[in-house]
Amino acid sequence: MSIATMFEYGFMRTAFLAGGVVAVVAGAVGFFLVLRQLTFAGHALSHVGFAGATGAILVGISPLWGLLAFTLAAGAAMGLLGDRLRGRDVAVGIILSLSLGLGVLFLSFYTAHATQATAILFGNVLAVSPDTLWSLLGLSVLSLSALAAISRPLLFATLEPDLAEAKGVSLRLLSVLFLSIVAVAVAEASQIVGVLLVFALMVGPGAASLRLTSRIGRGVALSILLALLETWAGIALAYVTDWPTSFWIVSLGCLVYFLSALSPA
Amino acid sequence: MDAIAFDRVTLARAGRIVLTDVSAAIRPGEFIGVFGPNGAGKTTLLHAVLGLLQPVSGALRVFGATPMRGNDEAGYLPQTRTPSPDLRLRGRDFVASAFRGERFGLPRLGRDGRREVDWAIETVEAKALAYRVLRELSGGELQRLHLAQALLGKPKLLLLDEPLTGLDPHFQEAAVALVKRIQRSRGITVLFTAHELNPLLGAMDRVLYLGQGRAALGTVDEVITGEVLSRLYGARIEVLRGNGRILVASGRGPVESDVHRHDV
Ligand SMILES: Nc1ncnc2c1ncn2[C@@H]1O[C@H](COP(=O)(O)OP(=O)(O)OP(=O)(O)O)[C@@H](O)[C@H]1O
Ligand SMILES: [Mg+2]
Repeated sequence: MSIATMFEYGFMRTAFLAGGVVAVVAGAVGFFLVLRQLTFAGHALSHVGFAGATGAILVGISPLWGLLAFTLAAGAAMGLLGDRLRGRDVAVGIILSLSLGLGVLFLSFYTAHATQATAILFGNVLAVSPDTLWSLLGLSVLSLSALAAISRPLLFATLEPDLAEAKGVSLRLLSVLFLSIVAVAVAEASQIVGVLLVFALMVGPGAASLRLTSRIGRGVALSILLALLETWAGIALAYVTDWPTSFWIVSLGCLVYFLSALSPA
Repeated sequence: MDAIAFDRVTLARAGRIVLTDVSAAIRPGEFIGVFGPNGAGKTTLLHAVLGLLQPVSGALRVFGATPMRGNDEAGYLPQTRTPSPDLRLRGRDFVASAFRGERFGLPRLGRDGRREVDWAIETVEAKALAYRVLRELSGGELQRLHLAQALLGKPKLLLLDEPLTGLDPHFQEAAVALVKRIQRSRGITVLFTAHELNPLLGAMDRVLYLGQGRAALGTVDEVITGEVLSRLYGARIEVLRGNGRILVASGRGPVESDVHRHDV
C-alpha cells in the first residue's frame, strides 16, 4: 500500500493519534523509570496487567480498564515495599509468571477470544476505537500532570535519596506515586504494543536518551521525541509492508537503543 | 544559645539502644570531629540532629528548637552516596537537583536557584567539574559536588558523614582545609565524622568520641587519652604521640587501621 493513501482511512488516523498520545507518556515516564533503575518493575507491571486484561474480557468490560486496575494495584504495592523491592527480582519474577498463568486460565474460560488474547499480548493499534482513543487521551493528561507535579522531588530522591529524606521528602509516598504513574503508562502502552512488548516502548527511548544527553530537561524531551518517532514510523511501516505494527515499533526501538550505545562517551 | 545541646539523650535504632544518656553542648561556630568504631552511632547521632530519628529519652535541641525533618538550617552530606556511577549527567545539574528539591513541581531553578548553585559550586572550588558528566569524575571530585549540595540554602550547621572515605591523603587534606575555610568564613558549626584523627587535627576545635553507647566531648588533649579511649572501646587502648601526629593503638596494633576499618 502506498504511504500517500495512509490518512484516508479513519482507523489509520485513530492509530496515529493513539500512538502519539501514548508515546508521549511512555517517553516521559520511561526516562524516569530508567533513571531510577526500575525497568524490571515496569516489565513486571505489564505482565501483571495481562491477568487484569483477560479477567476484564471474562466479565465483559474493556481490557484497558482491567489492565489499569491490576497494574495500579501492583504498582502501589511495589511502591509501598519501596527499598525492600531492591534485590527481590526473584519474587517479582514469580508474581509476574503467576499473572501470566492467571491470564491463561481466564482465557481458557473464554476460548472464542483467541484474537483478543493476541491483541493483549502483542497489541493492535490499528484496532483502537475512537472511544479508547478518548480514554487514552484522558489517562495521558492525568499521568503527565501527575509526573510534572512530582518531577522535582522525584529527581532529587532518585539522585540523593538520603539527602532528600533529610530535607523532608517522603521516599515511600514518592515511590507509590511514581509507580502508580508507571502503571498508567504501562496500561496505555499495552494498547499499542501489547503487554509483552511494553518494555521496548517504555524503556528503549529513555535508555537511549540517557546515553545521548547530559541534561535532564533535554533528556526527557529527547525520550519523548524518540518514542513518538518510533511509534509513528512503526505504524507507517506496518501500513506499507502489512507486517505487524508492534514488530516495527519494537525493532525501531532496539535499533535506536543500539545506535545510542555506539555513541562516544 | 548552644548550636546543639544533648541533655541525657538516649538513641535507639530498630529497638536497640545505640547511645545512652549522652549530654554534650556544641557551641555555634565550632568544628567538631566525631569519631568512634563502626556501629558506635556516629550516623545515628547525625540522624537525630537532622530530626530523622527521635530520642528515646532526653532532650535534644538544635539552635534552641526540637530538630525537624526538612530543617533549612542544616546542610547534610550522607554517608551512603548513591548517584549511579554510570550517569551521564552534568555535575552542575546534579548539584542543582538538591536545590529546594523537596518542593513539588518541575525541577526549574529560577534566577535565585542558579545563583545559589553557582555560589555553592564556586565555594567548593568545583567550577571545572560543573560541566563534566558524573561518570567521568573521580571519587574525590564527586565528593566536592556532594559538599556543594550540602551548602545549598546556606546552612548554619553542616553535618558531614565520613566525607574522607575513599580519598587519598592529599585529597583528604584538601577536603578538610576546604571545609575549614567554609566554616571560618561563614561562621558555621560543623560536625565531621571520620575514622582517622590525624587529617583533622589542625581543623577541629573539639572532639566527640563515641563508643560502647557512651560519648566523650572535649579537646583533643582531654579526650584522646589512653584512659578515656579504653573506656569507650571497652578494651585497653594506648595513645602514642609524636611529630604532631597521634597513633591510637590497641594491645594488638593500631586501632585506626583495625577496629576502625570501614566498609564502603
Ligand atoms: N537502619 C538501621 N536499622 C537498624 N539498625 C541500624 C540501622 N542503622 C544502623 N543501625 C545500627 O545502629 C548502630 C549504630 O549505627 P551507625 O550507623 O550510627 O554507626 P556508625 O558509627 O555510623 O558506624 P560506621 O562507622 O560503620 O558508619 C549499629 O549497631 C547498627 O547496626
Ligand atoms: Mg556511619
